[in-house]
Amino acid sequence: MASTILWRLLTAIPVLIGLSVIVFAIMAMIPGDPATAILGSYATPENVERLNRQLGLDRSLPEQYFIWIGNILQGDFGRSLSLNRPVIDEVLERLSATMLLAGTALVLATIAGLAAGVVSAVRQYGLADKALTLMVLIGISMPAFFLGLLLILLFAVKLRWFPASGMTAIYGGGGPGDIAHHLVLPALTLAVVATGVIARLTRTAMLEVLRQDFIRTARAKGVPERRVIARHAFKAALVSVIPVIGIQAGFVLGGAVYVETVFQWPGIGSMLVTAISTRDILLVQGGVLVVAAAYVLFNLAADVLQMAIDPRLR
Amino acid sequence: MAVTDIAAPVTPAAQPARPGAWQLLFANTLATAGLIVITLVVLVALAAPVLPLADPNATAPAARLTPPLTDGYLLGTDALGRDILARLVWGLRVSLAVGLSATAIAAVAGSLIGLVAGFAGGRVDAVLMRGVDMVLAFPYILLALAIVAVLGPGLVNALYAIAVVNIPFFARNVRGLALGLSRREFVDAARLSGQGSAEILMREVLPNVLPVIVITMSTTVGWMILETAGLSFLGLGAQPPQADLGSMLGDGRAVLFTAPHVAIIPGVAIFVLVMSINLLGDGIRDVLDPRLKSGALARPGARTKIARTAAPAPAAPGALLEVAGLKTHFRVGRSTVEAVRGVDLAVAEGECLGIVGESGSGKSVTGMSVMGLVPSPPGVIADGAAFFRGDDLFALPDGALTALRGSAVAYVFQDPLSTLHPQFTIGQQLMEAIRVHAPVGRKEARRRAEALLAKVRIPNPARRLDAYPHELSGGMRQRVGIAMALANDAAVLVADEPTTALDVTVQAQILKLINVLRRETGVAVIFITHDFGVVSAVTDRVAVMYAGEIVETGPTAALLSAPAHPYTARLIACVPVLGEPDRAVKPIPGRPPALVDLPKGCAFAARCERAQDDCRAGPVPLAGSGSRAVRCLHPLTAEAA
Repeated sequence: MASTILWRLLTAIPVLIGLSVIVFAIMAMIPGDPATAILGSYATPENVERLNRQLGLDRSLPEQYFIWIGNILQGDFGRSLSLNRPVIDEVLERLSATMLLAGTALVLATIAGLAAGVVSAVRQYGLADKALTLMVLIGISMPAFFLGLLLILLFAVKLRWFPASGMTAIYGGGGPGDIAHHLVLPALTLAVVATGVIARLTRTAMLEVLRQDFIRTARAKGVPERRVIARHAFKAALVSVIPVIGIQAGFVLGGAVYVETVFQWPGIGSMLVTAISTRDILLVQGGVLVVAAAYVLFNLAADVLQMAIDPRLR
Repeated sequence: MAVTDIAAPVTPAAQPARPGAWQLLFANTLATAGLIVITLVVLVALAAPVLPLADPNATAPAARLTPPLTDGYLLGTDALGRDILARLVWGLRVSLAVGLSATAIAAVAGSLIGLVAGFAGGRVDAVLMRGVDMVLAFPYILLALAIVAVLGPGLVNALYAIAVVNIPFFARNVRGLALGLSRREFVDAARLSGQGSAEILMREVLPNVLPVIVITMSTTVGWMILETAGLSFLGLGAQPPQADLGSMLGDGRAVLFTAPHVAIIPGVAIFVLVMSINLLGDGIRDVLDPRLKSGALARPGARTKIARTAAPAPAAPGALLEVAGLKTHFRVGRSTVEAVRGVDLAVAEGECLGIVGESGSGKSVTGMSVMGLVPSPPGVIADGAAFFRGDDLFALPDGALTALRGSAVAYVFQDPLSTLHPQFTIGQQLMEAIRVHAPVGRKEARRRAEALLAKVRIPNPARRLDAYPHELSGGMRQRVGIAMALANDAAVLVADEPTTALDVTVQAQILKLINVLRRETGVAVIFITHDFGVVSAVTDRVAVMYAGEIVETGPTAALLSAPAHPYTARLIACVPVLGEPDRAVKPIPGRPPALVDLPKGCAFAARCERAQDDCRAGPVPLAGSGSRAVRCLHPLTAEAA
């Protein structure tokens, strides 16, 4: 198993290289002079030329890529124009906030989605099943940015249960309890879509598994139905649900852009939106690369988890 | 939404709008509702210039933030006093146009990539699809943000960005199908007739992948409208004074606490629009690709449904297990398949009864019905009873039946690879079988499991306990299956084709093992098989089944040497004999009758050389004397006697 995991880790490397090529290619498509785009239109010609040399923009594209990726591998993502600090510092600072939000949302979505999917499969066509179908439909049609606003109106403005924005209270905040209190609404908002997708898939996977021969075997040997579902069917269904949870990590990380903006959560998503508005290209580039790399790791974790529960994959 | 990945259905040719497609779509209430809403929305959006609406951009500082349902302002006004109703209609127009354009661009570009990759194959395919995978390796919306960052905020740029990130879904779905199509005869024929690649793609392949493109469009268009609205909400899409639903929602956010209607109205509009598109999309997908239809899979219950009107009394008092008047049906839609049509059987302590028949004769369903293991739906026990030591198993409550499964009557199934759970070690599975019936600890259960493996002659039992099913050979797996059935000293073993999936030498070993175990444990066996060779090796008595009925029964030796029913004789003639290569194996002409529409006379008459008019006239009873009985009016034994 260890060697299989190691092999899987190695396969992540070409993906990471591919990601960097795409990000580089997009940045190379900036209309006009990239240095001017990075420095803004009021930059002095000397500064533009210096940056051009520094970024190697006077060389061929492949050369430029290798200079660029070499810098990035050394942790040099360049300097943010709008914040006047190294991109890597800003990105890493905000990465933890995004990971906290996205991670919580994904865990919530996984637990709720698996539970709802199993219940809905077991009570097929029952009330719970119909309720779930409706919820999934609403969930995937509801824009996260609108749902966030509705939750703010209800739980922050009307009921005053949770704060409407930010990650910590302005006065005396910052403790784990305070952060958790601020986390509730954005994490819920972000979890809704993923919950629906995971639940729908779990339902289908359970219904498929329950028709398998080994389920009949379990019943034939006298295993009570509750245990047949919770142990035999659920474990088999997980094999096909786990990769989907990995994919959902991507939707959650992407959805974080909206949710962080709505709730003013100090993560990479809200940073990206501001950076795009201020045309801070290097900051966008750094943020996109780091989040994409995080997504690759999420998928890697899903693969390893899948191997752990399915001996046939080892 | 955009996560659907459609497995390539390889249909020879796309039937252009299958007759009934629209009826099917309208039969789906939700899809119809979606279609109606979308039609209305599109009509309103198209009619915007001629509708009696206020100027959407006319500001009126005096009337700012007017609540809805005020005179002159049906939906109120926004922070600049602009009429929300007018802005909503015009914004809808923009949102629809942008979403549909993005879908069109993604569909054209993605399908083209998919077609070329699938059709060209080889290196072109590898390079294109790696690129597509790379795009998919980004968190969905992030790539769109990067593109907008480079091109600059704006509605058209947002449109391009959303289109680009959706290209992979089209490319992948279309490529899978095109790959299959490019290897088919009609494409080869086109190639031989001198058509160029581009021509073949457009003329032969494209029409066949069109349904998949439509399905992918219908599942992604809602998502794309949502995402372009999202970019506008973030201020990266529509720029003032132009407005779409997303930017209206973004504007409303600033006055959320004082005038929530400014945000809620466009939000609800986006939600209703996307939801109706998704409903319609699901409907379209169900019509074009019924295999994906949700709800097509019914969950089989823990126990076969019982729908008998009366319970018969036991007829063979001394029997260990008795099946009386069993009728098991499969109800599929409106038709009923009568798989078992009134079967009577009895097994005594220590006896081995064979049930023989072709596939579809009802032999397995009979065996499975005893402990309620026929999946319901569609299976239903329509009549009859199964008695274990005189107790009616069908009358037991669920818990009591579960307690008897594996401890009174145990099963060995056909293919041990699919019947053992792939994710548990055989030790875990054996120990579970022991512990659901006996209150023993893990250690004791493990010791017993090891002893069971030794009992079925598995070498190195202690080590094998930690193996997974896929790590064992087929013969070993079947030994595990038998060990599991023996775990609780069941009185009856139902062995359902236990040797069919194995090769001949292993088959002989398993049969020998079953004989040895019968001697050692005294277990009674019901041996279900299609093979008379196997029957002669293990059984004491045989019941031959045809079309859901027993057609002949008797002691194995007597029945083998002098079959009375023509069907039995033909089945015996089918067994190849080792060392007699010249003996012709004579297949039985024709097929067993369909179990939905049975003849009123003898079910075998249509395939029988001896059939006469009286055979077809009415039901033939199972008649006989002593230990033998036959359901035939002109049995072979009549002439011999």
